[in-house]
Amino acid sequence: MITFSGVHKWFKSLHVLNDINLHVLPGEVLVVCGPSGSGKSTLIRTVNQLEPISSGTLIVDGKDLADKNTDINKLRAEVGFVFQQFNLYPHLSVISNITLAPIKIRSTPKAEAEEQAMQLLTRVGLAEKRDAYPLQLSGGQQQRVAIARALAMKPRIMLFDEPTSALDPEMIGEVLAVMKDLALTGMTMVVVTHEMGFAREVAHRVAFMAEGIILEEATPEEFFLRPQHPRAQQFLRQLLTPMQM
Amino acid sequence: MEPLLDFSVISDNFTYFMIGRFPHGPLGGVGLTLYLAVVSCILSFFGGLLLALLSISRFSIVRYPALAFINLVRGMPLLMVIFWMYFLMPALLGKVAENTTVIMALTLFTSAYMSRIVIAGIEGIPKGQTEAAVSTGLTSWQVMLYIILPQGLRNMIPSFVNQFVSLIKDTSLAFIVGVSELTHVATQINNRTMAFPTEIFIFIAVVYFILCYAFTTLSRWLEGRLTWSKAM
Repeated sequence: MITFSGVHKWFKSLHVLNDINLHVLPGEVLVVCGPSGSGKSTLIRTVNQLEPISSGTLIVDGKDLADKNTDINKLRAEVGFVFQQFNLYPHLSVISNITLAPIKIRSTPKAEAEEQAMQLLTRVGLAEKRDAYPLQLSGGQQQRVAIARALAMKPRIMLFDEPTSALDPEMIGEVLAVMKDLALTGMTMVVVTHEMGFAREVAHRVAFMAEGIILEEATPEEFFLRPQHPRAQQFLRQLLTPMQM
Repeated sequence: MEPLLDFSVISDNFTYFMIGRFPHGPLGGVGLTLYLAVVSCILSFFGGLLLALLSISRFSIVRYPALAFINLVRGMPLLMVIFWMYFLMPALLGKVAENTTVIMALTLFTSAYMSRIVIAGIEGIPKGQTEAAVSTGLTSWQVMLYIILPQGLRNMIPSFVNQFVSLIKDTSLAFIVGVSELTHVATQINNRTMAFPTEIFIFIAVVYFILCYAFTTLSRWLEGRLTWSKAM
């Protein structure tokens, strides 16, 4: 579904992605974790070309991103992206946030798009908020609307860039629950997160990154019980016992 | 003892101050001032929008001329732009009405300033909005049309109002090329009556003030109604 082969990325002289080789299978949930500044967000943002790569090959849903014939807008429509800061459109109601892209891009009739949007809102537990505006919602509710907005395009892949990092602790659970439901439907997902509970429970595979390199790739059981790389061991120790740093 | 000020010159010529010789002749006075301001405002809104979009274009072949034009016009006094249009337009296009000349000059001048307001408004929208929109597959034009401009334009309203208030006052420069707007009418009456310059110019000062103040008040009310969320 997503294949990185020898991908590098530089921001000027900063080597943010260093020889990334990664293969995400259809229906797989991959969690990417690692310390801040390790390149996780950049990695996920390259998948829908929010960040172009410097060298290497990146193939998403069978299409080579470097190929001039790849219609990037069309590809992005097939890849849902959920942001840390939600990025809902503040001037549009919840329902319009969700229906905008289907109506404008897929030319879905308005009534049909709204019906689908209501199904999605029901799925994320926010049907009664259809006419609310994003800024009237809590962070957790906004993020669930953002997930519904991404799903409205019926994407084949969903990318989550630290979806719970901007949330108050009591709202993290509701968002993770929606993501877990989504994983159970067989959606291909790449999730950058610090929620190790989610990784352990939902992920099929965990990739650990530091300084732009994928240091370890393993099943959750392997990764949490027997991390191989010293950096991963250190990272997990710090996550579990943050006070002893 | 004679009164210090005698405003009968105003009441005697009130209609002339307000609408010139209209409806038996051309519109003048306050009527023409408003006409020049409103028409130039509408045109320069679109002019400013166009210039702004051109000057943030990906293509340098349109970006550089647009930027050059904006900087050139902003570096010139309005009076000079009016003279330029007044002498240049007839040379290029044959006979052109003075009103049109002045509207063109005001539009060119104000468009350049409007474009800076639009650019600032566009740049003020967080990058995440664009990223979210392109991530759903919208093209950059659709993002501009449905996401950036609707939010940006609302933020620009206060600056637009400033610009329009300036525009109302700037129309007074049209008197230099013989367009009979309020200031021109005032100088005419002053030249004819000779004795009441203080009264006449106090009066038109008050009229300009009322026009500008009324517009500012109206737009503040409008702004309140357009706010999409009190929570912001």
